[in-house]
Amino acid sequence: MFEKVLIANRGEIAVRIIKACQEMSIKTVAVYSNVDKKAPHVQLADESISLGDPTPIESYLNILKIIEFAQDAGADAIHPGYGFLAENPDFAQACKSKDIKFIGPNPDVISLMGDKIAAKKTMEKAGVPVIPGYHGKNQDNTSLVKEGMKIGFPLLVKAAAGGGGKGIRIVHNEDVLEESIEGAKRESKSSFGNDTVFLEKYIEKPRHIEFQILADEHGNIIHLFERECSVQRRHQKIIEETPSPIINPELREKMGNTAIKAAKAVNYYNAGTVEFMVDGELNFFFMEMNTRLQVEHPITEMTTGIDLAKWQLKIANGMKLTLKQNDIFQRGHAIECRIYAENPSKGFLPSIGTIEKVEFPTGPNIRNDTGIFAGMEITPYYDPMLSKIVVSSENREESINKMIWALSKYVVLGVTTNISFLQKVISHKEFRKGNITTHFIDNYFKDWAISKEGLPITAIIALAVYDSIHSRTQEIVRYKESDPHSPWKHVGRWRIGAEE
Amino acid sequence: MDVIESNINTSSKEFKENFNHYEKLVTDLKKEIAIASKGGGEDKIKLHISRNKILARERIDALLDPDTPFMEFNTLAAHGMYKNRAPCAGIVTGIGIVHGREVIIVANDATVTGGTYYPMTVKKHLRAQEIAMKNNLPCIYLVDSGGAFLPMQDEVFPDREHFGRIFFNQAKMSSMGIPQIAVVMGSCTAGGAYVPAMSDETVIVKGTGTIFLGGPPLVKAATGEEVSAEDLGGADIHCRISGVSDHYAHGDLEAIHIARNIVENLNRPEKTYLDIKKPEDPLYDIREIYGIIPKDSRKTYDVREIIARIIDGSKFHEFKELYGNTLICGFARIMGYPVGILANNGVLFSESALKGSHFIEMCGQRKIPLVFLQNITGFMVGSKYESGGIAKDGAKMVSAVTCAEVPKFTVVIGGSFGAGNYGMCGRAYEPRQLWMWPNSRISVMGGEQAANVLLTVKRDQLWRKGKELTKKEEKDIKMPILKKYETEGSPYYSTSRIWDDGVIDPVDTRMLLGLGISASLNSPIPDWKPGVFRM
Repeated sequence: MFEKVLIANRGEIAVRIIKACQEMSIKTVAVYSNVDKKAPHVQLADESISLGDPTPIESYLNILKIIEFAQDAGADAIHPGYGFLAENPDFAQACKSKDIKFIGPNPDVISLMGDKIAAKKTMEKAGVPVIPGYHGKNQDNTSLVKEGMKIGFPLLVKAAAGGGGKGIRIVHNEDVLEESIEGAKRESKSSFGNDTVFLEKYIEKPRHIEFQILADEHGNIIHLFERECSVQRRHQKIIEETPSPIINPELREKMGNTAIKAAKAVNYYNAGTVEFMVDGELNFFFMEMNTRLQVEHPITEMTTGIDLAKWQLKIANGMKLTLKQNDIFQRGHAIECRIYAENPSKGFLPSIGTIEKVEFPTGPNIRNDTGIFAGMEITPYYDPMLSKIVVSSENREESINKMIWALSKYVVLGVTTNISFLQKVISHKEFRKGNITTHFIDNYFKDWAISKEGLPITAIIALAVYDSIHSRTQEIVRYKESDPHSPWKHVGRWRIGAEE
Repeated sequence: MDVIESNINTSSKEFKENFNHYEKLVTDLKKEIAIASKGGGEDKIKLHISRNKILARERIDALLDPDTPFMEFNTLAAHGMYKNRAPCAGIVTGIGIVHGREVIIVANDATVTGGTYYPMTVKKHLRAQEIAMKNNLPCIYLVDSGGAFLPMQDEVFPDREHFGRIFFNQAKMSSMGIPQIAVVMGSCTAGGAYVPAMSDETVIVKGTGTIFLGGPPLVKAATGEEVSAEDLGGADIHCRISGVSDHYAHGDLEAIHIARNIVENLNRPEKTYLDIKKPEDPLYDIREIYGIIPKDSRKTYDVREIIARIIDGSKFHEFKELYGNTLICGFARIMGYPVGILANNGVLFSESALKGSHFIEMCGQRKIPLVFLQNITGFMVGSKYESGGIAKDGAKMVSAVTCAEVPKFTVVIGGSFGAGNYGMCGRAYEPRQLWMWPNSRISVMGGEQAANVLLTVKRDQLWRKGKELTKKEEKDIKMPILKKYETEGSPYYSTSRIWDDGVIDPVDTRMLLGLGISASLNSPIPDWKPGVFRM
């Protein structure tokens, strides 16, 4: 097994990986930027090295520095976590060239899966269903109409150079197809200076469902079932659960086998995730493959009992997958909520500040993956996700109830968080029914705002009682101290001329 | 208050060069301190431990409240003196807290020539007592000493500031209500016997602690009586029979525990009131001082950059910013305590001296502690300035410094030359503590000036005889003087002779000032009562 692993990441995922390494008696090296000097991942690791300047490009994205530090520390492997350099083929390549094991797949696979169109083509060739569409060069109206008819309706016309909803048309029947293509081209030309358009089947009521896979370097691949990640804001998942409320055993098997097929097509190894879009009729289409550990991996761990982070380390070390598909079972139901420092009333704008107090809910089958502490500064440099809360129970309804309870005991003071928002979302009657699509937040919470009712009257009374008792005892007990901030009592052990 | 804006470019070449140069000075200093802290060396330490005694510094650690600071004085006393036979002058002194209150600790180090008193040992002991007296701090003597170092008896015994003064001070302090506590953890022979005997409360350790006016050899010589040290002056004799000691301990740690109990029952009065705020760190890194002090001591820099790095929030209320600007005066806070700061930014002119006097007067009236950051070549000379009355303006400042009885603290951050030393609260003006930075220099004037003055005098003498000096003769006159000033101006020369309380890493300046002010609040601040100012 590896002697020492450098974790090229921060926050809860760095903590998660360090703990996995500690269980396996692997030494760990943390890296950190100036603002993360006191961060938990730094405290936990056996060694830590400063990356300096907090801007990501100078710190957690700085390939040269990280590789150099790994060499200096004598690390034999690097775990990239998720985000930052996790899906950067140059980084994986750089590790390889310095003889440091990159805990992830081959750089070529990362590179291929990073190119969305090439990935789709590869999958299509391997017999994995992809969203039907036309991404070709023939841009005259007649050809496009012909291609559109082949795809069927409803249909999406979108600008190739597009973004921000500009140059997008949803077409429901052939009467308006040509007119819509014209319109999309016009808008695209004026917005992006390029009138190339793509055609794609429009998925109504889309769900985002992904499959976890584990593959070793010897060609063994298994899947660990699905995760339903449809509840998203600004295209980012906030609540994930498994099993999905709409998937039946037959579909599960079919999708799982497809996921394995997708991984096989690119000779994949490491933990990975195949993301599918599922429509109202339960047709599923390959979207993309994430070549890393996912944020939401704990729900899979809670329901299968398998430690994905540890398996990543074992696989990277060349071990064979001892788990067989038939050994893997789902048990009960798990939900994860992501706690963000953000303001749901202001378009989920990240909030910054100092965390004054944190309290995590604890209890049976409650898991907290966190990288925060009271006194920690939340800076604008990195993703505002603070922590994750994961619960599991016998079935979906009980999981939801447990999550509602857990969120009610979750305290983060000092920065605005999405905790109350998550509570509302998870208590929503449509969520309880399992009627979730990627449009869920837009449909039901568009103008949601944090309640401004103020403190409940009981809290105010309690405060008043406390205050009256407290101030009276002060009068009796406290005497005026004439040197209240005396450095003699506050600086700790200190000697002249002593080495630090 | 307004914040001092720093103009330092920490990535400049000059800054880095200065920084590296200064870092070396500090490394050297720490190395010397580490050596001196070891006392009499490996063999002596082993011997000490084999006698069931713990080392002086360990005794202090055990005596202090756990995890609290110790402000040690003159670790480098006697550095380079007595053929280097008395590291730390064989005695550890300093301020620390016991049961939350500041006390002075004086601990003999028996690994250094049996803890006997060299001239510098006496001076260091007396300086610690002086600090105790000024700041109203209880004294705890951890005694383990063979008395005076006999080969140098003429330099330790007879004079006013010699051995006898220790007991004079004990009696005086006791009468002033400053508790005197002795813990006898080794021999207390001859004069040394008076340390426990003159104390308010005394502890003695069985087996190692002995108190007697004459030891067994002297007794035998004088009367023929043969007696062991323990039977002559051990713990049993003094606790059960003679009454010279009050508390009986079975070992060093028990003795220290008893000493702590004694302090717990002293009923010390409240400290003096100051308008104290919650401390704030300076805005700028104090380490940057390394890069600010020019490598070439002749170069100038703005002393506000230093001030900005030691005061709370770098917030400074400057006084008379546009007047007499070779002396910077202003109010600030250090670790929450209000202070008035005077810092040199060039040679002193009449205006600077008047400004300084005015400022000191205000601090005296308002009872605000004063901090002097000394980097001074002296007062301006020349007929223009003499006729402008610079002598009387300088005198006003010296008088103001003397009469202001607020706690004063001096840090020599550069040169300390001539009358500038007086106006800026040099050793003679009784600052509560005086620290020196490792780059500093101290002498009556700069070496170059002194050499030139003497050369001019010589040249005039010869001229009267109709002779002239050759270039070589000029050089022969100047060289030895330059060399002498170079040696004697060094902070190590100063600190070994206890002209200061220690050479310190500039990074520690803020901490030492904060601790010093806190300790100073144990004595009341008298009202401002100036002398006659020559107008």
